[in-house]
Parts: sequence; C-alpha cells; structure tokens
Amino acid sequence: MKARVHVMLKTGVLDPQGEAVRHALGSLGFEGVNGVRQGKVIELDLAEGTTEAQVTEMCEKLLANTVIESYSVEMS
Amino acid sequence: MHAAVLVFPGSNCDRDLAVAFEKSGAKVSMVWHKDAALPAGVDIVGVPGGFSYGDYLRCGAIAANSPICGALKTHVERGGYALGICNGFQVLTETHLLPGALRRNAGIKYICDTVELQVATADSAFTSGYTKDAVINVPIAHHDGNYFADDETLARLEGEDRIAFTYAKNPNGSVRDIAGILSENRRVLGMMPHPERALEATHGNTDGVAMFRALMDTMATA
Repeated sequence: MKARVHVMLKTGVLDPQGEAVRHALGSLGFEGVNGVRQGKVIELDLAEGTTEAQVTEMCEKLLANTVIESYSVEMS
Repeated sequence: MHAAVLVFPGSNCDRDLAVAFEKSGAKVSMVWHKDAALPAGVDIVGVPGGFSYGDYLRCGAIAANSPICGALKTHVERGGYALGICNGFQVLTETHLLPGALRRNAGIKYICDTVELQVATADSAFTSGYTKDAVINVPIAHHDGNYFADDETLARLEGEDRIAFTYAKNPNGSVRDIAGILSENRRVLGMMPHPERALEATHGNTDGVAMFRALMDTMATA
C-alpha cells in the first residue's frame, strides 16, 4: 500500500520560492498568475496494514514542521 | 569546562566551533551523531553550522531525530548549556528546544557577508560580555536563515527578554529582525550568525571573543 503526503507552507507564511516562480512565469509572458505556493509531495511505500494514524504520526514527527507547514495524507 | 561539539554528516563548522571553545579554555570532545550519549561531565553542547544530512527534507530535520539529539535534549532538560550556530540553530528549532523555525531567505539567495548585529539583551551567559544595544560585526553564511514564529511566540520572546541578537539591517526577512534567541532558562542560544568566525585578528574581526569568554566565565562560577 502507498500513502502520499502533501506538505505546504501554512497560509500566511511567506513562500519566497513560490514568489520567485511567480516572477519567472510573469517574465515568460504568462499573465494573470496572481500567486504561487510551492510545496512537496512525499510518496511512502508502506507495509500492508499501516494506518493513516501512523502516517499522521510520521508527519508530525518528521515529514512536516508544523510550526510553518501544514500537511495532508492520501492513503491508497 | 568541558564542551561537546556534535558532528553530523555534512557539518562543516564543527572544527571551527571546537577551536573557539578550546581557545576560551574548554576541553573539547567531538561527538558523532550516532552516539546516544554525551561524554560524562559535559557543561555545554555546541551544535555546529553546516549542512547536516545534506539539508534533506528540511534543514536540521534529520539531525534533530538522530541518536545524539536525544542526549542533547536530556542535557538541556537537566539545565545544561547549548549553543547552536547556523545549521545548529535550525537543529535546535527542529528539536523544539527553541521555538520557531528558519525559512528560506526572503531574497531566495544564499548570503555570505559580515553583518551588524545589535545585542538585544546582555542578560545571559552568552551575551553578558556585551552591552545591551551594542552593535557587533559577525559573519553570516546561510540560505535558510529567515526566522519565523507566530505572534504569540514572538510576544513571549519579547516579554521574557529572550531575543539575544537582532540584525541592524535585516538581510533575510526574519520576523522582528531576529538573528538569535534564548531558551526560557536562558541557557540555550540559537543564532544564524557565526561568532566562531570572529575570534582572531586573522579573521579580520574579533567581536565573537566576548561571547565565548563570558560563557566560560559564567560556567566556571556556576
């Protein structure tokens, strides 16, 4: 089984990389990009029976820094 | 005085920090990240700058979960001193020994420079060798030094006089110009600038000497 974890900077936390990407899109001529937020996707290949609660614990302990980042878990 | 300097794969300021402690009169033990205990009798733990574990995942995140950081937490909880510089500051926030987090610099770029720091409090073993509001010059070299904490945490840091240093001209976007903060018991300091790179005439700057000297004096009388 697999899980996919999305980690994003929390709303309100400045994302300088996202801002740089927004500027780059603008300079390539893409108009109307009002904002870019950049995050990461972490794919976990898990032993059968691993629970979403266990993945959440992984997020809390390591995968996300909850001071500045939020996360979501997709089990599949 | 006995100082331990932690060494992670990718640390690159560990020997500089060891020399800084040695020159101030401490005995120094280098401690590998896989060790689960500190040598007996350690007074202060130095968490050095560099790129622990290649900065993978987030700066300091993997190091914070290494065996030696368990021992570091125990040391701090028992009232031991700790000094985290640059990547060491990131490790201290990732272990939650200090509040907040370090984000990518607001200007995206890695910055290598010498900056003016204002001493925000002289009330700590690290800063008692300076006068409050004095301006000192200290080198910085970081990509992720943009300090963040929520308003509640910032109010607490300010209310408890725990901001150690602020930037005279903010180079990286840190909230409230914060360059370094203290723990509640004032025995843990995390800072992005490198005082260990400002110790000798050949460094071109000796403004870091007063920190290590004051630290040794305080621990000697403690």
